[in-house]
Amino acid sequence: MYGHNEIPITHDKLGPKPIASLCISGKVATLISLLLLGVTSAFAQQDGLKPTTVAIDKTDTLWVLVASVLVLLMTPALALFYGGMVRRKNILSTMMHSFTMMGIVSVVWVVLTYSLSFGKTSNGFIGGFEYLFGNGISMKAAYPYTTPLGTIPAGIFMIFQMMFAIITPALISGAIAERMKFGGYVLFTTLWAILIYAPVACWVWNPGGWLFARGALDFAGGTVVHLASGASALAACIALGRRRALEHRDPILPNNLTTTLLGAGLLWVGWIGFNAGSALAMNDIALSAFLATHLAAAAGMIGWLICEKLHFGKPTALGAASGLVAGLVGITPAAGYVAPMPAILIGLFVGSLCCFAVGIKIKLKFDDSLDVVGVHGIGGATGAILTGVLASAAVNPSVADSLKSNHGRVGLVFTQVLGVLAVGAFAFVGSYLLIKLTQKITGVRATSAEEDAGLDISLHGEAGYNL
Amino acid sequence: MTKIEAIIRMQRLEAVQDALTELDISGMTVTEVKGMGRSKGITHTYRGSQYTLSLTPRYKLEIVVHDHEVEAVIAAITEVARTGEVGDGKIFTYPLGEAVRIRTGERGDTALT
Repeated sequence: MYGHNEIPITHDKLGPKPIASLCISGKVATLISLLLLGVTSAFAQQDGLKPTTVAIDKTDTLWVLVASVLVLLMTPALALFYGGMVRRKNILSTMMHSFTMMGIVSVVWVVLTYSLSFGKTSNGFIGGFEYLFGNGISMKAAYPYTTPLGTIPAGIFMIFQMMFAIITPALISGAIAERMKFGGYVLFTTLWAILIYAPVACWVWNPGGWLFARGALDFAGGTVVHLASGASALAACIALGRRRALEHRDPILPNNLTTTLLGAGLLWVGWIGFNAGSALAMNDIALSAFLATHLAAAAGMIGWLICEKLHFGKPTALGAASGLVAGLVGITPAAGYVAPMPAILIGLFVGSLCCFAVGIKIKLKFDDSLDVVGVHGIGGATGAILTGVLASAAVNPSVADSLKSNHGRVGLVFTQVLGVLAVGAFAFVGSYLLIKLTQKITGVRATSAEEDAGLDISLHGEAGYNL
Repeated sequence: MTKIEAIIRMQRLEAVQDALTELDISGMTVTEVKGMGRSKGITHTYRGSQYTLSLTPRYKLEIVVHDHEVEAVIAAITEVARTGEVGDGKIFTYPLGEAVRIRTGERGDTALT
């Protein structure tokens, strides 16, 4: 649904013979009563009984509600995924980075950033203030700016989008793990949610956004979530500097990779909601997205493990976890636009690519602690471009519109590249400036003594393991 | 009285315990330790980043025996703890000043058994 005209105009059930279906389906009966109550507009005249706008559909709404819960699950899953990879003295501080986003961003989203992301925009860059403090978000009628209107209330759309806003800054935290001051992290991510996430979400997903208007395809957030967090992660870890342990050549060993595997498994489950939920309806596109997502995770794991075996000699459990996440990142922008085989291809390619991309940090000497750049940055950018190459109008009719508005396949790929460059550059520069600003206000870097003792005891006064 | 300190591979502990029981040696203190010797470290690979841990895990056994038992204990440990690979460990002996059984206050050789 995030591309053009993705919200289905007509329901299958209401298709050719609406009257017959109306009589036998309880769900449709509800729909009729809603129509009679005038909650949404009724039947168009020229088409006889065929509706041009669709009323709220309870099945669609329920699916997006369930998907929202699944996406919420991804943030604690990310906490586990990241938590297992750091040294034991930093597990709590690392998990806190994800958990605090569930607190801060949820509130900021309703108070301010939903409006900045999805409020009516006249300039295509930032939304207005109409939904400030949660005002004006209907729990009954659809989000008003899509054409045609969706079949779910604006309220559940806002909640679903909230879960994306939560996990995105949490993804960045992997790059700054084991060395960032907590107050600095809180200030940085709050500013990031307002000044980076909200504009980018507006560009790509707001029906008035400039990238949306160009027909850029990003089904579930390859650019908004993964590329934005990956590029910001690069800026943040460069601005923050390397962990002191790296200069001392201390081995930095993960404290518990079983935790990481559990997190990766839960991310896989949650990601089904992330991508298939992004259809914003329980329809064929949701099912395509489900299948594509699952296959890409599977193929991503296979791709990473094969590369690891060939290049380093041993297939690792961390490689399996990383590969499936890379596959999921790669398929995110493409999920509702591609057939099963292209999904497998994307998973295999991105999974293999990221296996090597995580080595870039060693050559270029930036300390991306948990490989956010290598997986989300590179994987997100690659997936976004591959979406332009592999998106199929047979899977999703809106691809035809995007191809048309971009004058063909090459134009579409160009628009995808433009989206990648614009989002990547904006997130990178913006995040770098935000870290510098945060540095002036609260400071961003833990002291040498705090880093040595571990952030858990020195910043939070507790230990993850008292075994 | 002599204190025997043996550093052995972790997977040989049960065999050493059995051999000591054969010799009627009933007391022993075991500690998990890390150390280095001729064996190379263990290489870990995480997402392609390789770390070699030069300290490898072993058990340290501390056994205090009567002087006439020393050679038999050394022979037994040497036999059962050996795999033939580098890293099988070492045995050290120390003359012991005193031994006291805390429960009874017995001292010297009588405190050992």
